[in-house]
Amino acid sequence: MKPLQQPFPRQAANLPYKLPPPLFDARCRACWFTAALGVLVVASFATLGLDWQAFVSMDALRSMGRFVAEFFPPDLSPAFVRKVAWASWETLAMSALGTAMAAVLGLALAVPASRLSPQDPAWLRRPTRWLLNALRAIPELVWAALLLISAGLGPMAGTLALALHTSGVLGRLFAEAMENVPTGPAAALRAQGVGPLRVFAYATLPQVLPQLMSYALYRWENNIRAAAVLGVVGAGGLGQLLSFHMGLFHMNKTATLLAAMLLMVACVDALSFAARRWMTR
Amino acid sequence: MSPVTPPAIDMPTTGPHWPGSKPLAVHPAVPVRDPAFVSRVFWLGLALVLLWPLGVATEFRLWVLWEPDNRKVTADFVRSFWPLVHDAEFLQMLARETWRTVAMATAGVTLALALAIPLSLLATRVLSLSALSGRMDRGPAALRWCVRAVLVVLRSIPELIWALVFVRVVGLGPTAGVLAIALTYGGMLGKVYAEILESGESHATQSLMRNGSGRLQAFVYALLPSHAAELASYTVYRWECAIRSSVVLGFVGAGGLGQQLDNAMKMFNGGEVGTVLLVFIALVALADRVSAWLRKALA
Repeated sequence: MKPLQQPFPRQAANLPYKLPPPLFDARCRACWFTAALGVLVVASFATLGLDWQAFVSMDALRSMGRFVAEFFPPDLSPAFVRKVAWASWETLAMSALGTAMAAVLGLALAVPASRLSPQDPAWLRRPTRWLLNALRAIPELVWAALLLISAGLGPMAGTLALALHTSGVLGRLFAEAMENVPTGPAAALRAQGVGPLRVFAYATLPQVLPQLMSYALYRWENNIRAAAVLGVVGAGGLGQLLSFHMGLFHMNKTATLLAAMLLMVACVDALSFAARRWMTR
Repeated sequence: MSPVTPPAIDMPTTGPHWPGSKPLAVHPAVPVRDPAFVSRVFWLGLALVLLWPLGVATEFRLWVLWEPDNRKVTADFVRSFWPLVHDAEFLQMLARETWRTVAMATAGVTLALALAIPLSLLATRVLSLSALSGRMDRGPAALRWCVRAVLVVLRSIPELIWALVFVRVVGLGPTAGVLAIALTYGGMLGKVYAEILESGESHATQSLMRNGSGRLQAFVYALLPSHAAELASYTVYRWECAIRSSVVLGFVGAGGLGQQLDNAMKMFNGGEVGTVLLVFIALVALADRVSAWLRKALA
């Protein structure tokens, strides 16, 4: 007996008599995720009590317009421009020195935080990684506010803050780079009975050095941007001048400072773009 | 200097590794001194000379930290961290502020998306009809250039500066923080979305548009599906960053954990500072985990 002919092939892409799948299915992870996301967003807006009237009303728009109009004309008197130039130099110096110190400190922390050979017991790996995570978790600005107490107002607190936060970031990146390096050269030296310090200096470090340099340069770029705002808590640089003049409602001077900040960030962006292009060409 | 002689030890004639291999000999000419010593010292010296003016500019005098009265203030402050403040009222307030920090970041990123998605669609070259046949028309090209410029300006002003400005306009409170995050992150997300959309294979999009589909249709059916995972994972990463920066925004009066930290620090209340810092580190670690997990699930 021949089997009954089926009206449709079983494996059709779209069975014509089937309804589309339900919108929410308890077994669908993406559905749960989307629902949770929706709840999070709605709850955020609901509980914050955002003051929309203060922003979108005609009155607010007018006060915003007045606020922006006060910026003009920017204060371009030579004395003030010289002051801004000095503050910009201070910002650059803070970021460069902070990054250099962070590179040294990060390297010093990355060695105990990495397992350089399979035989290495690496007792300190876990605790050092915790330390690096804590250094990294606290933003530069919070470090600066904490350091103000012992270092006093001024760029030194900012430099130290940048150094501490960045050493957490760089230490972790360095440790990962060192763990992923080919182990051949180090193993060859170790088989000859060379001590761990010299194995590190002559086998591991030369291999990872280009990568470490590129990480440090990348963080420097970030730190220039961060250093510009550190001054808001009183840690020197352009930000300190900005918060000072904004606090006293010297809007013309604030405009100059904002322009200087924008110019600096744009220059750094352009330079890093050009450098990256030149290196990858 | 006398030449280094190899130590007189009994070497086995066959090596331990495999039969018939040569004996493992210690190389006799291991240099005693680092051959690159001079150049190392030179570069180190040059680096120090270059760093010197930087130290002068930043008034970098580490020994200030060691002055007796400074040391005393620091030690007192650090000692006051313990015991951590942990009464119920304070913890309740802290939980509320932590939620506020997360909510500020979430609301800010949501608004940033509302800004970034249309702008990135405007800025994407792949979605241009006139670019299908060679060069883009002059009008659309100018529009794209303008949109890019707007995005770059939005993202190059740090969120802290936006917040300072908005605190002046809308007053203290989370509104200023949310707006600051929305503008900065709108710029960042828009620019990176446009870059992601342009980075991949554009064949499907182009063939849809060549066959007469609209640009929005081409986006939804061709461009979006091939880049959805990457876009989503970048958004999650930015949300994590927004949590970190919403804490910082508290320092200029936008509410949340940062404001509590600022208040506690101004009153030299070490115990409160310690508790807030611990909560903050835990929050950042949690956001890090959640975001890593989500990005793994999305990939």
